[in-house]
Formats: sequence, C-alpha cells, structure tokens
Amino acid sequence: MIHLWLPLMLVCVLVGAGAYGVMARRNAVLVLVGVELLLNAANLLFVTMGSVRGDTLRTGHVLTLFLITIAAAEMGVALAVILALFRDRGHIDLSEPGS
Amino acid sequence: MTTLDILFGAVGLITAASAVLAVTTQHLVHAALWLVVTLGTLAGCYLILGAELVALVQLLVYVGAVVVLVLFALMLTHAPIGSSPAHSSSAVQRVAAALIGAGTATLFAAVLLPALGGQISATRAGDTKAIATQLFGSWVWPFELLSLLLLVALIAALAVSRMPTTSAEGESA
Repeated sequence: MIHLWLPLMLVCVLVGAGAYGVMARRNAVLVLVGVELLLNAANLLFVTMGSVRGDTLRTGHVLTLFLITIAAAEMGVALAVILALFRDRGHIDLSEPGS
Repeated sequence: MTTLDILFGAVGLITAASAVLAVTTQHLVHAALWLVVTLGTLAGCYLILGAELVALVQLLVYVGAVVVLVLFALMLTHAPIGSSPAHSSSAVQRVAAALIGAGTATLFAAVLLPALGGQISATRAGDTKAIATQLFGSWVWPFELLSLLLLVALIAALAVSRMPTTSAEGESA
C-alpha cells in the first residue's frame, strides 16, 4: 500500500526542476538534461497512475515503455543536431546569435 | 505511513535532490552525473510502485544509453572539466527561471494533489506477464509504429550529422 501523494509530489519537483533547467541553462546539452527531467516526470505520473487498480490494459506501464523509447529517439536526433550546431558555430551557447 | 511510503520517501528524496543539483550545478560533467543518480533512483521509485519491467527498461535505456549519449555530446563539444561560471546564465534569468519553475511545480501540485493525492494504491508486484500480454496484444500496433519511429530517428540522426555546414562549405569553396 502506498499513499499517492508521495509520487505526485515527486512529479511536481521533477517538473519544476526540468522547467528551471530548460530556461536557466545556456549550454544546449544541459537544456536537454532539463527536457529529460520533464519527460521523466511524465513517466513517473504514468507509472503512478498505472499502479492504481482498475487499469486492465496496463496503460500506465505500457505508455511509460513507449515514452522511454520516444525519449531515446528524441535524444539521438537532438544530439546529432547539437553536434551539427557545434561544427557550424564552434560553440553551443544558446544565448549567442549564430554567425 | 506504510513501509512502502517510507521507502518511497527515502528514494524520492534522493531523486528530487539530485534532479535539483543536475540543473543547478556549475560543473557541466557533474550535471550529467547527477542525471545518472536521478534516473537510477527513479528506477528505484518505479520498483517500489510495482513496475519492475519499467524499472529495468529505465536502467537499460536511460542510465545505460541516454546518459552515455549526453556525456559523449559534452566531450565532443569541448565541455570544460571543472567549474565553469562562464557557461552560467545571468542572475536575472536564473531568478526568473526559478520563479517559473516553482510556479509550474505549484500549479502541478495544485491540480494533482487535491484530485488524486488522497488515494491509497495497492501496488501489484510480479505483474510483468500481464504487461507483456497487453503489450503484444492490445498495444501491438503502437509498438510496431514505435520501431518505425526508431528507424526514422536513426536515419534522421545520420542525415543531420552528415549534413554539410556553412563553415565547411566556406572551407571547400
């Protein structure tokens, strides 16, 4: 037995930290770290709701597996874009305009 | 308070603290390493919530693959080792981001906690067989679509990394 407010509080903290990371970071890779935290908050919400009884299709757990896969695909493409950006500009500072 | 509550509280506290450290630390490599701690302890949270398969996939894909990608990207973009205040944003931007982040967290808490926070859930351990049956039964077409998505992402990453850049064109011209 587990009280649901505990995982839900953790979801809120992860969303807050992720949003801060996306907005406060200048390095493009560190912005991606914030995005990962946001995605993981969504994952935790899926798993929390999936552990409630009455989920006969196991939607919560299956959608979490899907979201992990989508996040891995997103990460691959995003890092390829960042490396292309680095080759083009010589830096990946998002606060500076491109050449 | 039940045993699972106390367990989740302890693991969740580490997760929350390492998540905050991952977005606030000045060391670029440390941010990736704190992300490892966050994702690893999050797998522990999934385990406590009774989702063993998800926890193992989280460990394999996130801690095993995604974090290695992040570290590779940091190395390939010449991330400085050690503290790098030159890479941090201005104080105004950080305060604004902290305010918006705290506001988002409060908004989520205000929506989720009154709606669902009062429930007590009995976790179902040893449920992997049922998940497998559903995954390859009801969810088989989305699953196949995902394999297509992975193929598209692979080809897209290859195409983007082979794309000629403007500076490379300037050198060859």
